[in-house]
Amino acid sequence: MSVVVLEPYTAPAVPLEAPEIRPDAFAALSEAEIARLPVWHGNEAAQVGDFFRVRGGRSADVRIAGHAGRVKHLGNGMAGGRLVIEGNAGAHVGAEMTGGRIIVEGDAGPWAGAEMRGGVLEIRGNAGSHLAAAYAGSPRGMTGGLVLVHGSAGDLVGERMRRGVVAVAGDVGDYAGAAMLAGTLLVFGRLGRRPGAGLRRGTILAGGEVELLPTFRYACTYRPTFLRVYLRRLREEYGLSVDPRFFDGAYRRYNGDFADLGRGELLIWTTP
Amino acid sequence: MEINGVEIRDTFAEAFRMWASRAVITARSRRWALEAARSMTGFATSVIGCKVEAGIERELDADATPDGREGVSVLLFAFDAEGVAKRLVERVGQTVLTCPSTACFDGLPEAEERIQVGGVLRHFGDRHQSSKVLEGRRYWRIPVMEGEFLVEETFGVQKAIGGGNFLILARDADAALDAAEHAVAAMRGMPGVVLPFPGGVVRSGSKVGAKHYKGMIASTNDAYCPTLRGRIGVASELPPEVNSVLEIVVNGLDREAIEAAMRAGIRAACRPGVVQISAGNYGGRLGKHHFHLHEILAG
Repeated sequence: MSVVVLEPYTAPAVPLEAPEIRPDAFAALSEAEIARLPVWHGNEAAQVGDFFRVRGGRSADVRIAGHAGRVKHLGNGMAGGRLVIEGNAGAHVGAEMTGGRIIVEGDAGPWAGAEMRGGVLEIRGNAGSHLAAAYAGSPRGMTGGLVLVHGSAGDLVGERMRRGVVAVAGDVGDYAGAAMLAGTLLVFGRLGRRPGAGLRRGTILAGGEVELLPTFRYACTYRPTFLRVYLRRLREEYGLSVDPRFFDGAYRRYNGDFADLGRGELLIWTTP
Repeated sequence: MEINGVEIRDTFAEAFRMWASRAVITARSRRWALEAARSMTGFATSVIGCKVEAGIERELDADATPDGREGVSVLLFAFDAEGVAKRLVERVGQTVLTCPSTACFDGLPEAEERIQVGGVLRHFGDRHQSSKVLEGRRYWRIPVMEGEFLVEETFGVQKAIGGGNFLILARDADAALDAAEHAVAAMRGMPGVVLPFPGGVVRSGSKVGAKHYKGMIASTNDAYCPTLRGRIGVASELPPEVNSVLEIVVNGLDREAIEAAMRAGIRAACRPGVVQISAGNYGGRLGKHHFHLHEILAG
């Protein structure tokens, strides 16, 4: 299968808004048509070709050959195909995507995978705040798919998440899983303050000690089988580095948040 | 045709269309996975009396199961998909859910036709159950006194074949059993098949209906009973030197799996004391699938 390559050749002076860069749309477009797609450079209308050299067309396999840390909304709403960013990605990468796969080989800005509905977003570096979260005014954040972060992530990861899986190999900031409706948030490093505040349903895994809110109640220490299914898939299918201690260890389970519905769980890894 | 001096009769095994599912049972140790699997496949020799036919397909290493624990795969057969669903819910509910440390997964994830298993069993959780969805597959977590039972919501079900068979005609009962044990050893663990009878062996092969009792679904296969040779009304199929017959029945997910198992089993059964290998059929009138012994062994 041919690949469409976008090679950044000039750094935008201000962030570039480029929601049209999505592989499912590229599948029907020629090289010239892709180069003419609209982008916003600040408040000025511009074209993809003003910032990227475009090679190839009519393919849903897209590669950005360099850093795009100032390019926002890459793969926004995409429904299929594959987008590889061989460097950093700007804010909102993979936001509202429903299918396909995005691989960010560097870091991603804030709001990556926000309100994502399906597909796979893999960030091999670090992610910013509001990963897989809800936009202001939305009742729910991520509702499906899988987000993998091989590094660490910022505050409000998975905020108001409804369904899907977010896995972070490193640490996360404050308010992880805040107001989560359901879904699975796995953090193998440390969590910041107030994880799970307002948790209604769903699972938050903590790889290290956490500052527990008083509205969580201890239930038991056990080995949840479902975690093994998740960990195995994340390690073997997606190459996420999962320490063997998470497979064999026991977890302290806390139910909560009883300031809200209280049907969620916080699983804190403990010694085997 | 002969193998090791044993005559292979030019006949065929007559088998039937069935539906099947595969359950993968895992546990904290292989021992407990096997405990659950043995319970689940108990009293499941023939649909005639058990409503279901089931057996252990093979033991699984940890790297071959969804949760990375050792496990066992079980195949379960019934006449239709609805029958498979009912029996699977009953049996997983009574024998796997109840067994310490186990989890139960769909072993036919590619099958298009799906039946509810965990989706029914979840009600045991009395609304304390919760589910997890990973890559489109939903798993139910049912709280139990030990901790938590994990079971997949739906299982795949597919068309399959039941009743592949061959008969071991031997000089005496010891030789027949020795040959049957070797056949079973060669067939057990082959992918896609199970031997649903005790130890994989049947001593009471049957014919359809009965001559003297109306309402019987099946009765003894008098043509192969050595004690009935010479009796009026019995057309014995046994050569004079044969004094004992055992049958191996094999169910499989597809024709190729059954053929491979029969081939291995027949070759292993051709041992000293065995006179002939034959097969059970009904003249080709009942079963859709015919397994001709000579063709299988030539393959």
